[in-house]
Amino acid sequence: MTTSSPLDLTACQAAAAIKRGGLDAGDLFELYRERATGDRLNAFTWVAEKAPKAPPQDPQAPLGGVPLAVKDLFCTEGVPSQSGSRILEGYCPPYTATVVERLAAAGAPLLAKTNQDEFAMGSSTENSAFGSTGNPWDRARVPGGSSGGSAAAVAAGLAPWALGTDTGGSIRQPAALCGIVGLKPTYGAVSRYGMIAFASSLDQAGPLTRDVSDAALLLSHMVGERDRRDATSLDFPEPIVLPSRSDLNGVRFGVPAELTGDGIEPGVLGAFQATLELARQLGASVEPCALPHAPHALAAYYVLAPAEASSNLARFDGVRYGYRAADAADLLELYTHTRHDGFGAEVKRRVMLGTYALSSGYYDAYYGRAQRVRTKIAEDFAAAFAQFDFVVMPTSPGVAFELGAKVADPYAMYLNDFCTVPASLAGIPAISIPNGLASPPGGGTPLPVGFQLAGPAFSENRLLDVAFALEQALGFDGSAARR
Amino acid sequence: MIDRETVLHVARLARLELSEEEVEQMVGELGRVLEHIETIAELDLDGVAPTSHVVEVANTLRPDEPEPCLPRERVLESAPATLDDGFAVPSPQA
Repeated sequence: MTTSSPLDLTACQAAAAIKRGGLDAGDLFELYRERATGDRLNAFTWVAEKAPKAPPQDPQAPLGGVPLAVKDLFCTEGVPSQSGSRILEGYCPPYTATVVERLAAAGAPLLAKTNQDEFAMGSSTENSAFGSTGNPWDRARVPGGSSGGSAAAVAAGLAPWALGTDTGGSIRQPAALCGIVGLKPTYGAVSRYGMIAFASSLDQAGPLTRDVSDAALLLSHMVGERDRRDATSLDFPEPIVLPSRSDLNGVRFGVPAELTGDGIEPGVLGAFQATLELARQLGASVEPCALPHAPHALAAYYVLAPAEASSNLARFDGVRYGYRAADAADLLELYTHTRHDGFGAEVKRRVMLGTYALSSGYYDAYYGRAQRVRTKIAEDFAAAFAQFDFVVMPTSPGVAFELGAKVADPYAMYLNDFCTVPASLAGIPAISIPNGLASPPGGGTPLPVGFQLAGPAFSENRLLDVAFALEQALGFDGSAARR
Repeated sequence: MIDRETVLHVARLARLELSEEEVEQMVGELGRVLEHIETIAELDLDGVAPTSHVVEVANTLRPDEPEPCLPRERVLESAPATLDDGFAVPSPQA
């Protein structure tokens, strides 16, 4: 790869080059389309056959025509949208998700759909009905999940940028494991219309990008006026601007002991502490803060998310779309057989868990208590933000693990979400930025680590600005993954 | 904590057929996951209000105006089986 290759350009740089006339949007689309077609990581579930002809991409459109990879679970008209599930295999919806429509209108045409854990349930992309995805840093390891295809595609330079969704960490954790930037916006900031639902009170779309500026540029066209077709969607209070900050003078970081000690791999913790020192050098104050209920977030999440999922997934019954079992003698068998054949093991597990938690006699003990824990976690964050601008912690307790390492133990897999779930339950924005490389426990080739910052609701501009200052100082080079 | 009968009962509620092997697996796996989840029983949550929605939004209204919807034939294109103008399902009487 020469330094003049468009592959070396970030999405912001490519959009600027297109606007100046130094780069043709059609050529860029074709370059990435060829790379995506030749993908050997299994990052994609569908790749465009040709550049979109009509309407022609306006080079002066805000996003310049820089093509976008989109997680499988976003509905895209006439294009397979399967949420990684056998039960939706080949399903081509008759409409497009609001956020995909907005980004296409702003000049980010659809390049490909990306692989994911089935219905976004997982932290490794191994739960996809369409095969697992490899990590571009080490193909024998997972890219994280559930937005693992989006993360792998951006890290490997198979797509300039990508959309993912985050319910309990599904943007931030794969971004960390693949050495890229992932942002989960404030709940309600981005329309959920056309997203195939997992847990509706937690699901939120966000960008997976090479750097913080790309995340800001993409996000700036995802938020804005609320979408009338999503009753939980909100007006974003201000435009998202490109970050520019170079110091952290006066910025107060709170470090929760509950999420930065036990259970975190030594390599990840070492990288985290080194970046705290760097933040101090840039002018930030770094002090301990308390999130006393954070250790219980995972337990609450694994009640609430499966409970909502068991309700959302009731719609997959073999009647209106998707797979239908052939051998059903009556309507009840049509439902039970279709769902038996169509859902994978993890989806069945969560539907069972959620149905159990909502069932008569258990509702108060599980769902009711989990909702109260959620209140305490939101209160913990509110108290922390009275003293601190941001709460910082590692994104994932470990680096990318080997394919198959955790599939036999569901709870070991759930522990990947330990550091990301608290912000999800509180509905606040959080970003993961590359924080260098660390060796896995027991040694081996160093792998990417993420540094996570969470801020109050609608603090995206400040969050991006501070992340940008840290990113510039860290100077992470992800080019080794783009081959 | 979770026995075979409970698994079968919940599977019926969830309209989910499970193979014999899956039933055995669920008994073990759900039991282990619930052991971890039950740590929330230790917390004192008396007087704490439940949160179902994190952002405070109330009465999100819009004008009740008819808008075009998807044509019937476009929607039926996605269906595994159709009959006349609707979705077809098996009937024991058929």
